[in-house]
Amino acid sequence: MSRIAAAFARLKAEGRTGLVTFVTAGDPSLEHSAEILMAADRGGADVLEVGVPFSEPLADGPVIQRATERALAAGTTLDGVLTMVAGVRSRLRAPVVLFSYANPILRMGVEAFAERAASAGVDGVLMVDLPLEEAGDCRAVYESRGIDTIFLLSPTTSDRRIRQASSLGSGFLYAISRLGVTGSRDTLADGAEAIVARIRAASQLPVAVGFGISKPEHVHEVGKWADAAVVGSALVNLIAESGTAPDLPARVEEYVRWLKD
Amino acid sequence: MAGEAGRVGRRDPDARGYFGAYGGRFVPETLVAPIEELTEAYFAARGEEAFQRELDDLLAHYVGRPTPLYEATRLAASVGNARIFLKREDLTHTGAHKINNALGQVLLAKRMGKRRIVAETGAGQHGVATATACALLGLECHVYMGADDMVRQALNVVRMELLGATVRKVTAGSRTLKDAISEAMRDWVTNVTDTFYVLGSALGPHPYPLMVREFQAVIGREARAQVLRQAGRLPDLVVACVGGGSNAIGIFDGFIDDASVRLIGVEAGGEAIEPGRHAARFDGGSTGVLQGTRTFVLQDPAGNIELTHSISAGLDYAAVGPEHAWLREIGRTEYAHVSDAEALDGFKALARLEGIIPALESSHAIAHAMKLAPGLPQGTVMVVNLSGRGDKDVQSVSAVLAAAEARS
Repeated sequence: MSRIAAAFARLKAEGRTGLVTFVTAGDPSLEHSAEILMAADRGGADVLEVGVPFSEPLADGPVIQRATERALAAGTTLDGVLTMVAGVRSRLRAPVVLFSYANPILRMGVEAFAERAASAGVDGVLMVDLPLEEAGDCRAVYESRGIDTIFLLSPTTSDRRIRQASSLGSGFLYAISRLGVTGSRDTLADGAEAIVARIRAASQLPVAVGFGISKPEHVHEVGKWADAAVVGSALVNLIAESGTAPDLPARVEEYVRWLKD
Repeated sequence: MAGEAGRVGRRDPDARGYFGAYGGRFVPETLVAPIEELTEAYFAARGEEAFQRELDDLLAHYVGRPTPLYEATRLAASVGNARIFLKREDLTHTGAHKINNALGQVLLAKRMGKRRIVAETGAGQHGVATATACALLGLECHVYMGADDMVRQALNVVRMELLGATVRKVTAGSRTLKDAISEAMRDWVTNVTDTFYVLGSALGPHPYPLMVREFQAVIGREARAQVLRQAGRLPDLVVACVGGGSNAIGIFDGFIDDASVRLIGVEAGGEAIEPGRHAARFDGGSTGVLQGTRTFVLQDPAGNIELTHSISAGLDYAAVGPEHAWLREIGRTEYAHVSDAEALDGFKALARLEGIIPALESSHAIAHAMKLAPGLPQGTVMVVNLSGRGDKDVQSVSAVLAAAEARS
């Protein structure tokens, strides 16, 4: 059983709602990212998503776009992100999922990337602009290295594609709760429960729900129908507001703990 | 490759949208269903006589097609012994080839029951064309444009607004065409249910490269018949500028089965072939994925997209249409680049020798034709796609020329 599968199995056994945290690697620096990941882990994150900055983040809203710009300005590359993960991995309890656009990985070469990711201790990979039709080759390579391939599912995804994603993917399925780009909202989207219900009907894989989650109430609400909630932009925003303040890790840990309450 | 019956050598991409190793559909999951819906609607419309008739009728009576093929004898005489024919897309309504595609896509959007159009624009010509088609067909229009491009193509911003479109300023990234495309895609992904994305070049996820080529193929069909009539034979060379590559693929398409015709695309050489200073993807680019398609891309070793530069906003883009990458790979087309300075020389020459002020984009094709001509045998026939007119560029050209004068 992969570390991701084990994490979801544990959540189920304990009857808890999981929390998946997303941060953009290299914002404000890769050294800070290592500290941030450890802080989120201490705060109780169940899965740690690490965003690889890419110059054309077309699926992201303003908060993650700005984080991406800061990370790229700090010289962050996929190579650097893998080195950072390798360095911090042994101090993390939660599994690590790399969240990337396709081009940095294709540029490195899927085989070379998978080898580096496996040796860095990466547990899963999600490629945001690589739909099911394009993902076959990558998935086979990741699987051979023991890395889970995570797929995104949207309210526009057909039931047929949900079944495909379920058979191609492993670890968990990531349901986005509404149309649009990443970003936090005050309220959860109405469509969230419906997409999760459709996934439940077609798949045994655990389901995490993302896009627009920023408060403990959201996590609690998501927990009524899904296995985990993903918090991204709200956490990235907190990191942006903290800058390089010495108490940045403490603030991250506190926020993650608050979300889990 | 699935070919269309009766047209040997004509190539549609495969079912996944690939021309050889290039193309495909690299989009976030939310866009997959709307793109499948678009693909289905496009193929249905493509095979339907009524749709084609409606489009052809608009092209004839609204756009002003066929556009002339004009023999530029004074330009030709100034550079050697070749005969140079200009395909006058600059004479279309709105002043560039972009209207051929914009009308086709907006008609399709209307047929699909979409009420809201989004588009990106670089030089502003595609934005103007889309705004025009939306005014004509009664759809709401939002055009995303890089903040820097809004400055250098200010005239077109005013035109779009007069036509009733909302121009949305993009301040992210390099503030040019690629950032406008990303922003248009973000809008589309947020409003997929009632919105149609009118992409302006032979780029993006399948079926856009195919659909845009087909809507622009009218250029090549006309040009081939015209040159046969006027020169009495097929041309030896066809030359067109290549940003995303829609005017080029449109004119190339007419000659693709004529093996004797050399098809030459001209990219923007900018200031120098160094990272950040040009947009010649085939001279410093490599295979990558940008904005939905796998093609030749200017990128750094980490896979981030490099900044580009060209005096012409319409060529200032980091990726080239996937069919161009494939046609080059199989040896059917060739690509060259000309610098900002050479393009300006082409711009001036055409104005003074022929009384035609070309767009800076098209000036790249003119400049390359002028470079080739002296080495060509007497009587060589060359067709150059004059993809757009240069009114929009007059201000920025006069600023560049004034600056050059001040230096000398």
